[in-house]
Amino acid sequence: MAPLLDVDSLAVTLPGPRGPLPILHDVSLTVDEGELVGIAGESGCGKSLTAQTLLGLLPPGAAVTGSARFAGTDLLGLDHRGWQRVRGAGIAMVFQDPTAALHPMLTIGRQLTEHMRVHLRMDRRAANRRAVELLDQVRIPDPERAMRSYPHQFSGGMRQRAAIAIALAARPRLLIADEPTTALDVTVQAGILALLDRLRAETGLAVAFITHDLGVLSALTTRGYIFYAGRVVETGPTGALLTAPTHPYTAALLGARPHGTQAVGTLRPIPGGPPAPGEAPPGCPFQPRCGYAQPSCSTAPPPLAPAGADRSVACGVRPHLEVAAP
Amino acid sequence: MTTVHNGEPGAVSTTASRLRPRRAHPLLVFLAKRLAITAGLLLGVTVVTFGLVNVVPGDPVTANLSDQALNDPATVAAFREKWGLDQPLWAQYLHYLGNLLHGDLGISQQTGRSVLDDLVRYVPATMELAIPTMVLALLIGTGIGMLAAVRNGRFTDQLVRVGSLLGLSTPPFWLSLVVLYVFFYQLGLAPSGGRLSTGFSPPPTVTGMYTVDAALAGQWDVAWDAAQHLALPVLVLTSLTVALLVRFVRSAMLEVLQQDYIRAAYAKGLPTRVVLRRHLLRAGLVPVVTVSGLAFASLLSGTVLVESIFGWPGLGQYAYRSATALDLPSILGVSLFVALVYTLVNLTVDLLYGLIDPRIRLS
Repeated sequence: MAPLLDVDSLAVTLPGPRGPLPILHDVSLTVDEGELVGIAGESGCGKSLTAQTLLGLLPPGAAVTGSARFAGTDLLGLDHRGWQRVRGAGIAMVFQDPTAALHPMLTIGRQLTEHMRVHLRMDRRAANRRAVELLDQVRIPDPERAMRSYPHQFSGGMRQRAAIAIALAARPRLLIADEPTTALDVTVQAGILALLDRLRAETGLAVAFITHDLGVLSALTTRGYIFYAGRVVETGPTGALLTAPTHPYTAALLGARPHGTQAVGTLRPIPGGPPAPGEAPPGCPFQPRCGYAQPSCSTAPPPLAPAGADRSVACGVRPHLEVAAP
Repeated sequence: MTTVHNGEPGAVSTTASRLRPRRAHPLLVFLAKRLAITAGLLLGVTVVTFGLVNVVPGDPVTANLSDQALNDPATVAAFREKWGLDQPLWAQYLHYLGNLLHGDLGISQQTGRSVLDDLVRYVPATMELAIPTMVLALLIGTGIGMLAAVRNGRFTDQLVRVGSLLGLSTPPFWLSLVVLYVFFYQLGLAPSGGRLSTGFSPPPTVTGMYTVDAALAGQWDVAWDAAQHLALPVLVLTSLTVALLVRFVRSAMLEVLQQDYIRAAYAKGLPTRVVLRRHLLRAGLVPVVTVSGLAFASLLSGTVLVESIFGWPGLGQYAYRSATALDLPSILGVSLFVALVYTLVNLTVDLLYGLIDPRIRLS
């Protein structure tokens, strides 16, 4: 069966003050129906821009090559109206900061029902009924009252729950969640993650979960993509990725991540920082920060190549990597 | 009885609620506070205006009497006595304040009518210009400003920005003259000035606005004639107000367009017009309301140049004539009216904030 979302060799270039800036290079990824896929990497690695591309929300002047098919539709060939049909009803999005992503002057009820009425052609009553159900489904207490509330009357966790309900309102098949728990308290995070997993199990919703938190990745997703400087550097089943990484960057991310009772001194931060767009070195973008770099690494970026069962890695060296047990 | 024991309902509690001071509605408290502030402000306006008029070098006597009359000491003395100018300043002020408390704004030295009568005569003429100007300017200014913001940086935006700058740097009197030259002299489409053509008499006064009063009286020919007389001054005032509004609307909307919730609205698959009308307009409206309020208050206070050129007997002309004649009661009357307009408009703006943005709503 063809995957629900099939992105192949996607490249995005944004206009910059001094000429076009390549942001995404050769990104390929798939999401199956009902699957929870993780996309991880440091800030600025192109995770969010991938999401924007898949919703047709790139800034004007962006140039896109490659292909992106969603449920048989070629996304990159869509016109204005075509995008309007896909957004919300095919692919929906949950943003990082629910406070910023909810309109402060419209009621939750209005924000929940307005696109339902467009996509599902519901009348006000039917839409309101469904909205109350959705609020109940995301465990917002007293949904009737919540409908009449404004976002500022909610707590952060409630706002993100409402934002998820809004994203689900027009029955999308794929939900892109862009760091949906980053702006929330840790205790609230767990609830949101459990909610997303429950919705996936109950409705067959596919979720692409963007995060910089590998812990979230392992807790929630079955497959993961590790992004670095606008490229996919490693992909595979999440469990295998995080216990036996094959890319030095994945291993370094794991080493920089605190867990359990580990002392701060034993954390290994990755030296340097990711290259700014347009300033990536020739060859492997991670090579300047990589402890295993060889002279051959600086000639051409290594392609993503199969590396064992369901796994691929973009590394020309493939060193033996030691990972501290979590 | 149980009700007595736990101090609950029945006759007891109703008396209690009657005795307990009832907590006033927060909106009433807010309005009461603003009213008190307004009263203080108006008092301040009288002090400052009174002081200023008496500090200005010039004498109402010389400003109002002819040369011949000035040569006659008896006439001068009579004039001073009539207007209380022979009294010490503080006595004049207290006298004025006492009358003011009774709603008496005094008698205008130049028209000989009570200042209140004068205001009732001139203010509606200005309102008849200000209201349609504001309505048109809001509609056009918001539309163009939003368009420029959405097309940020592109040709339409550049055009709007240049147009707005041109409008802002155009002297009103010059624009009035150009408009008169084109539409009256060249095209003959509109009358040159005044409120009605000769041969028409003003409709029975209800609001003092000729178009409205004529329509109320069913005198459609008079209403049409009055509307034609409104066209050119309203055109001039509207273009100037639009030029001002467009800049504010554009920058307010640009800021809103950056917000996540606008991206989220697009991500929901809403049609562009819904995103613009419901999401963008609503959020960008608060700063727009602020500027519009100021613009409206300024229009209501009369525009001397435009009113003069179009021979429009409005507040601006009245204020100008009162000022040149050092006609203290009229100057004070106009100042009080203008202060009142600004405070009322600001109050309306504050109340509108609450309507637009639930976060600002009174607790």
